[in-house]
Amino acid sequence: MSASTPVAVQSPPAVTSDASAPRRIGRALDDLSLGFSRWRLPVALAQLDIRNRYRGSVLGPMWLTLSTAVTFTALGFLYATLFHMDLHDYLPFLVVSLILWNVFSQLIGEACTSLTVAEGIIRQLPLPFTVHALRCLMRNAVIAAHNLPLILVVFLIFSINPGPGVLLAIPGMMLFILNGFAVVMFLGMLCARFRDIGPIVATVTQLAFFVSPVIWKPELLHERQVWLVLNPVYDVMEVVRGPLLGQPPSLLIWAAAAGITVLVCGLSFAFFVRFRGRIAFWV
Amino acid sequence: MPHILAERLSIAFPLYHVGARSLKKRLMASTIPRLRTDSSNRVVVAALNDLSFEVRSGERVALVGHNGAGKTTLLRTLAGVYEPVGGRLDVEGRIGSLIDPSAGMDIDATGRENIVLRGLFRGLDQKQSEAMADEAGAFSGLGEFLDVPMRTYSAGMQVRLSFAIATLMQPEVLLMDEWFSAGDADFMAKAQQRLEELVRNAEILVLASHSMAIVRAWCTRAIRLEGGRVVDDGPVEQVLAGM
Repeated sequence: MSASTPVAVQSPPAVTSDASAPRRIGRALDDLSLGFSRWRLPVALAQLDIRNRYRGSVLGPMWLTLSTAVTFTALGFLYATLFHMDLHDYLPFLVVSLILWNVFSQLIGEACTSLTVAEGIIRQLPLPFTVHALRCLMRNAVIAAHNLPLILVVFLIFSINPGPGVLLAIPGMMLFILNGFAVVMFLGMLCARFRDIGPIVATVTQLAFFVSPVIWKPELLHERQVWLVLNPVYDVMEVVRGPLLGQPPSLLIWAAAAGITVLVCGLSFAFFVRFRGRIAFWV
Repeated sequence: MPHILAERLSIAFPLYHVGARSLKKRLMASTIPRLRTDSSNRVVVAALNDLSFEVRSGERVALVGHNGAGKTTLLRTLAGVYEPVGGRLDVEGRIGSLIDPSAGMDIDATGRENIVLRGLFRGLDQKQSEAMADEAGAFSGLGEFLDVPMRTYSAGMQVRLSFAIATLMQPEVLLMDEWFSAGDADFMAKAQQRLEELVRNAEILVLASHSMAIVRAWCTRAIRLEGGRVVDDGPVEQVLAGM
């Protein structure tokens, strides 16, 4: 291509819309498949987001690793001294739990603004909305990846070997990510439409932190532990945490986590099918 | 063959974040009643109402009308941003929209990063986007500033960059809102030339403009909108004479 001729660009799909035959499901599926096929775009956007967030900082995202490490050291000693807990047993649990929880809560928080921050681009270019959700998901995945080495460090310090069962964390992680994507899609839309949802979500997340076994061990519930399966946050978290800690979750928890995933994805997709065409008016 | 076909096209905006009080004021102030409440008691602006028109390849259409007549909304709808609530719309051909030149720019990113990003937004791959960065960089005349964050740019430099990015691609259907205030005089001439090139090479031009001089110079047909309806459609001179 010469320097003066404008670049020819591959064509976006031609616009055809008929309000009497809206083809909602087909268009929602098109949005998803086009969004995923253009995964390079959300990757580039996520990279840029992270670079911007830490522009000018020497350690950059490594600050996350550092601050999380400091928190864990402090918390570990605090709990061991105050509550006389066995660190060898408790600290690995706490580390895995909190790292997973941070991913979860940060993802939920950013999900609420995933569409509204892209307002400029949504109102200018017809782009699959999936791209914005993937951008949010990938940004958080990269940030989470900075904390993962800490798990390894703690396991080395306490010489914990989760055994081959650790591989089960992979399907667990997939369920976790699938739920994450569906929640980002759903909350992104909902928060674009109702601006009060954001603060509500933040409050509920805070509450979920205390009622879910994140910093306290499920065993504390004794015989009532069986009821924990009704807490969706616990189920989706446990399928990753359990295998990592060498305590494979029961079949019931796997089933619950899978059920929740189906439910969340279904709800999110139904909402997306119904309201996809309205998003441009909402942001 | 690029073409645009609109049949009884309607767009209604629900007003979500407007308080009842300010809304009352707006209702009182507006002369044409375009705000109404729909069945679920939401306040709705009928932005476009029952538009029917066809644009064939080779046509140069001007959208004229007062502020708030629905020109930009129609452009956005043609671009595929808004989905019609009534009627149908067919747009065939590669669409390029110059509606809001700075949309999607990240002021914390460098000029080059912004160009690459825009390329990705438009569906180019990384390599093509980077090639585009060199070209847009040369065109904008930003020189070494291309690799520092946009935050440090002067207003004129930002306009030059966004113009260079927005006009890099040659679309078949060019949708353009009026904005020509680009940088210094030297750049104005360059910008004008680039725009004319884009317009010449596009199969269809739809231009929303207040400038009758530009409409006369570039367009062959004018559609006059008022209150979201087509009130006149025909050769430029005829429509402008009726205004």
